[in-house]
Amino acid sequence: MPPIVEVEDLAVAFPKPGAGMRIVLDGVTLAVEDGEAMGLVGESGCGKSLTALATVRLLPQTARVVRGSVRLGGEDVLGAEEKRLCELRGGVVGFVFQEPSRALNPVRSVGSQVTEAARLHLGVRGGDAAALASRLLAEVGLDEPDRVAHAYPHQLSGGERQRVLLASALAAGPRVLIADEPTSALDTVSQQRLVELIRRLRESRGLTLLFVSHDLALVGRLVERVTVLYAGETVEVAGRDALFADPRHPYTQALLQARLESGDAPGLFPTVPGAVPRAGEWGAGCRFAPRCPHAWERCRRARPALAPAGDGRTVRCFLASDEEEPGG
Amino acid sequence: MGERGRSPILAAAGVGRTYPVRGGSVRALDDVSLALWPGEILGVVGRSGAGKSTLARLLLGLERPDEGTVTYAGRELTSLVARDARRMRRAVQAVFQDPTASLDPRQSVGTIVAEALAVHNLAPRRSRRERSRELLAEVGLPGEDAFLARLPRELSGGERQRVAIARALASRPEALILDEPVSALDVSVRGQVLNLLLLLQRRTGMAMLVIAHDVLLVARLCTRVLVLSAGRVVEEGPAARVLTRPTGPATAELLAAARWLAAGEPGAAG
Repeated sequence: MPPIVEVEDLAVAFPKPGAGMRIVLDGVTLAVEDGEAMGLVGESGCGKSLTALATVRLLPQTARVVRGSVRLGGEDVLGAEEKRLCELRGGVVGFVFQEPSRALNPVRSVGSQVTEAARLHLGVRGGDAAALASRLLAEVGLDEPDRVAHAYPHQLSGGERQRVLLASALAAGPRVLIADEPTSALDTVSQQRLVELIRRLRESRGLTLLFVSHDLALVGRLVERVTVLYAGETVEVAGRDALFADPRHPYTQALLQARLESGDAPGLFPTVPGAVPRAGEWGAGCRFAPRCPHAWERCRRARPALAPAGDGRTVRCFLASDEEEPGG
Repeated sequence: MGERGRSPILAAAGVGRTYPVRGGSVRALDDVSLALWPGEILGVVGRSGAGKSTLARLLLGLERPDEGTVTYAGRELTSLVARDARRMRRAVQAVFQDPTASLDPRQSVGTIVAEALAVHNLAPRRSRRERSRELLAEVGLPGEDAFLARLPRELSGGERQRVAIARALASRPEALILDEPVSALDVSVRGQVLNLLLLLQRRTGMAMLVIAHDVLLVARLCTRVLVLSAGRVVEEGPAARVLTRPTGPATAELLAAARWLAAGEPGAAG
């Protein structure tokens, strides 16, 4: 069976003010198997949100796909008809976005927004829709689902709004849930509760999960495999346990070292030198080389390929891959 | 802290603040007292809605309390005469979570820092540019003309927050109030900005009040910590004690969530 979500060597560009194009994704590869939970991890400008949007062709209007392919259940997404895309969005893939305050319409009741996908995809109407809204809101752990259904977004807390978004993403019974930074606007206690809720929903509904976040530790709480992006490209794919125990890409190593742990002594914080490069402003060589403690001359000259590194892992680093440089 | 003969830079005594909402009111702060002592890094932790940001606004004099008093150098903010109010605004500076929102997008880096010097009348016009370069150097940013000419959107998130810190340092403040200073930044640059704050504090001796919901960050950064829950101070003490052996449920809940999230391990454990 093909992976349910499959992005292969995707490159996306935006027109620059004036003339020319700015490449923002350039080599993103992602494969989520049916039923698994995959984390998509990276920092600002790495392209993780664009990658998530590309899975259902929700890229901004001005974006141009330069290279690569996107498939859902083996079906080509980039060339699909608009009508088929509408079926895929919400019907096959449910989406939860980062900012609940922006994703919810402030002048419509929560209940009507929660059931929108069910009305569109399943033709649910009237009293059935109201009952469904209640059931979904209860399923995402909201007390008094009927009260919440009649409320407006501004009357809810951030954590409640995020649960409402989750309920609306699940309304049409999708197979895949894509959640883009759903916890980053929440405090740590709400973060933990939302992560636990998503884990329960995944089990009870048998969902495939793509969880997008900048927070590697949090992602580790939810997923079995992790895809790490840096500067518009996939740099490492590995099972969660292998990734945490033995990160191969120096960027993954740096992310893990930068984590804070309980029991840390007071004092200076672990750091990664340099800054995340701006989208499209990448040199010819490895994009992490300017910040990498192991970089040598070759890393600045040539761009490593995403290559197998044993145990079903792939890594984009000259130090880590199994493959020899062609021609020595 | 608070040994004999010293007085706090900022203090709140029995402060309360209520906001009207449709159909009632929300008690954002209730009988909160605290002191920020010279040279300390005080952490204020709590969940969203616990009153952390309201407390910051009251301490900065951006809002008035409904009950209680806020004092700077022993004088109530509401009764400061014009000259003392100016002195207070120089002495207490703030850095907010989102530098994109707190920096004017049309102003260049050079203008942002020079304007802070001009507002407080701290450097004559002809030396402002030189002084701006020094301030940028203090926060680890380049001082060349090309950098001074950049607009906020042409900077990385970490650079923007450094500019906000440089602007806050322009008046040589006695105290810096930082509201979630790194939560909008990339994980791989947070450490750099936090270390900058630590080193600035050590070098200048200024006091810092750091508001954050991440207790692991506060445990590492702060000397003393105060826990807010539903508008009240529920625990207070040395960070090393409060954030390892909490005595109240609110602190325990924050700490348990932070540990759970940081552990990065799967499953039901934790």
